[in-house]
Amino acid sequence: MADIGHDAADYAPPAELEEVDLYHAKSWITKYVFSQDAKVIGIQYALTATAIGLVALVLSWLIRLQLGFPDTFNFIDAAGYYQFVTMHGMIMVVYLLTALFLGGFGNYLIPLMVGARDMVFPYVNMLSFWIYFLAVLVLVSSWFLPGGPTGAGWTLYPPQAIMQGTPGREWGIIMMLLSLALFIIGFTMGGLNYVVTILQARTRGMTLMRMPLTVWGIFVATILALLAFPALFVGAIMMLLDRVLGTSFFMPHIVELGEHLKYGGGSPILFQHLFWFFGHPEVYIVALPAFGIVSDLISTHARKNVFGYRMMVWALVAIGGLSFIVWAHHMYVSGMNPYFGFFFATTTLIIAIPTALKVYNWVLTLWKGNIRLTLPMLFSLGFIVTFVNGGITGLFLGNVVVDVPLSDTLFVVAHFHMVMGVAPIMVIFGAIYHWYPLMTGRMLHEGMGKFHFWITFLGAYLIYFPMHYLGFLGMPRRYFEMGETSFVPESAATLNEFITVTALIVGFAQMVFLFNLYWSRRNGIVAEKNPWHANSLEWQTPEMPPGHGNFGKELPVVYRWPYDYSVPGVEADFIPQNVPAGGTATGAE
Amino acid sequence: MTQTAATNPNQLDGTQGAVSDWASDQRAFKNVPWGKAMMWIFLLSDTFIFSCFLISYMTVRSSTKIPWPNTSKVFGLNVNGVEVPLLLIAIMTFILISSSGTMAMAVKYGYERKRKMTTALLLLTALFGATFVAMQAFEWTKLIHEGVRPWGNPFGAPQFGATFFMITGFHGTHVTIGVIFLLIVARKVWRGDYDTGKRGFFTSRKGNYSIVEAMGLYWHFVDLVWVFIFAFFYLW
Repeated sequence: MADIGHDAADYAPPAELEEVDLYHAKSWITKYVFSQDAKVIGIQYALTATAIGLVALVLSWLIRLQLGFPDTFNFIDAAGYYQFVTMHGMIMVVYLLTALFLGGFGNYLIPLMVGARDMVFPYVNMLSFWIYFLAVLVLVSSWFLPGGPTGAGWTLYPPQAIMQGTPGREWGIIMMLLSLALFIIGFTMGGLNYVVTILQARTRGMTLMRMPLTVWGIFVATILALLAFPALFVGAIMMLLDRVLGTSFFMPHIVELGEHLKYGGGSPILFQHLFWFFGHPEVYIVALPAFGIVSDLISTHARKNVFGYRMMVWALVAIGGLSFIVWAHHMYVSGMNPYFGFFFATTTLIIAIPTALKVYNWVLTLWKGNIRLTLPMLFSLGFIVTFVNGGITGLFLGNVVVDVPLSDTLFVVAHFHMVMGVAPIMVIFGAIYHWYPLMTGRMLHEGMGKFHFWITFLGAYLIYFPMHYLGFLGMPRRYFEMGETSFVPESAATLNEFITVTALIVGFAQMVFLFNLYWSRRNGIVAEKNPWHANSLEWQTPEMPPGHGNFGKELPVVYRWPYDYSVPGVEADFIPQNVPAGGTATGAE
Repeated sequence: MTQTAATNPNQLDGTQGAVSDWASDQRAFKNVPWGKAMMWIFLLSDTFIFSCFLISYMTVRSSTKIPWPNTSKVFGLNVNGVEVPLLLIAIMTFILISSSGTMAMAVKYGYERKRKMTTALLLLTALFGATFVAMQAFEWTKLIHEGVRPWGNPFGAPQFGATFFMITGFHGTHVTIGVIFLLIVARKVWRGDYDTGKRGFFTSRKGNYSIVEAMGLYWHFVDLVWVFIFAFFYLW
């Protein structure tokens, strides 16, 4: 029977590439420790990122304890508080989100989804992980060095980052900058692999426009990272030289503790430009893989093709391109030329167009779909809601006149936590619930998962919604304590207590999630093959979890896009990508 | 791969055909080996690093209030009592650009499987590269003797020493790494590893002569970057 799948064909071009020369592990160490298998490397990335992310989670509790109950805990002093804020921010953005999305999901999913046996250069891929691991160790080492980690704020603005009075001035800032440089070197090795694998190592029939949006999201994000991290690398090297050798790249003539320093003539604004030229694309390095993954989750769990696939791809590319010309909207109050502000506000608001397009397409994918409220679907819905919310406050902050009074208040904190904290994390959770059966062969526990979802989703709102209000009141971010501040009413303190208590409860729910990951590994329900009835290639492997080389003897051949769900006239509600047109869904059971 | 429209129903004509070719299955860039594609993308990323360095240099140079040292004096050499501006750097630039020529010839002979010629040209390229680094070391020594330091110098703005040592140092590191890899590739060509398919020590992959070309891409890039550094540092 003929099906009317999107671009289904019964033809696939002949193989252009020879079978790859796979490295076969000879011992336990080369199989699981210094592994060259992208799936193992992906899991190594994910575990390391989760471990360091847990540290950042605990730091956020300490921050909240101080904000909610000032003068209560004598183990939190002002210096410690600044260190918590700095390390929480940097770890969450770089060492958790970037590493987990690109290193973790990228490594695990790219070769499987494009039908490759492995990344193109597995040895370089292995180095990538171990350099990342070293970067994490260097970062952690700053806790054990004199002065502790840096407390310069995650943006590390000079001159204060390397001056007396900023915690961690002795060693913390040096370790932070070294760790970032290492991270970038390690990431570049992995990133080149992801890009070349996607461009040059797809299977027969897998055209670019037949790739799942997950791969598209990771692909565009990786290109952004390869072009944006250089700015941070250069900034880190220059600040390191300022701190260690006494150069004056970023340091103006300045007086420290009544003493005229030897620095002079440098430009602190230069660092801000370098930092944000990295920093803004970084937002999309985190967001684009989330966009891609959530498109696949929504489509699979609503049993309906993604609405406007091509537009989704072009929107990813457009957002990626635009993200390089908006960076100075982080610098409206830096004293730069106000005319720049006008330009950057305009480009910032233009990004809303492709982003809104994506949101409409997600909603239209759900429209009249056969929605199954599985855990991945719940988290995807949570993502859409939190992302729209955080995105709208982004429109506020993108306008110079609105941003100036709101900048450095809790409104900004609420905005970026909603849009690049909660929303991508929602997708990460959804993705883990979705692909855990593929990785382990067992389902995660449903009850624990629902508990995790509702506490996290509702909790996120209870934490960040009131924060917008606190921001409107003018409550500044990064303050250790407010003291006697006349413009902040008494009620703000009560609200802060409420936020802190909620944050602790949400933090506890994450422990339940981690326990679920551990518990289900042995005790979860054994997953049937392709448990979500998904179309993309990672579920069509001969064994689950996929073995070394991913696809057994023969690589799969792709005949259609990955979104043939509920095709009219076909009995099964899904047709995997490796089923030819007209061949009545043999793979579809 | 030649596909006729009869066998491939997805084949399109005109601009749509161009798009569908580029986005077609298996490989976006047909007949481009993985290593070469990876080198191109790496060089794109590295371009951003050098651009950031050079733009930062221009920024600090224009933001400092202390006058910039007179580069034609600072970089001049005293030959038999005659001050010759930019003498050393002219020789260095000439050597590095010549090395790009020998590298290009090495790639050509590599694809022709002329192993001896390829090896000789690779070694010559490495020699040029090493000479460049040695002359750069000489220049650094000279400037350090004259009192130029990353944190200050007797000729003017302290950012001069800072940017000079940082950017030429970063470029010199690139050249040094290039020389090391040129020697490794030369040894492999000499032993015939790319003909016999001998596996790499670390990667346990079989190599081929496209590695010589990827090496060449890197070398030309390092050369090109030098042209920009030369223009912005020595001629400005």
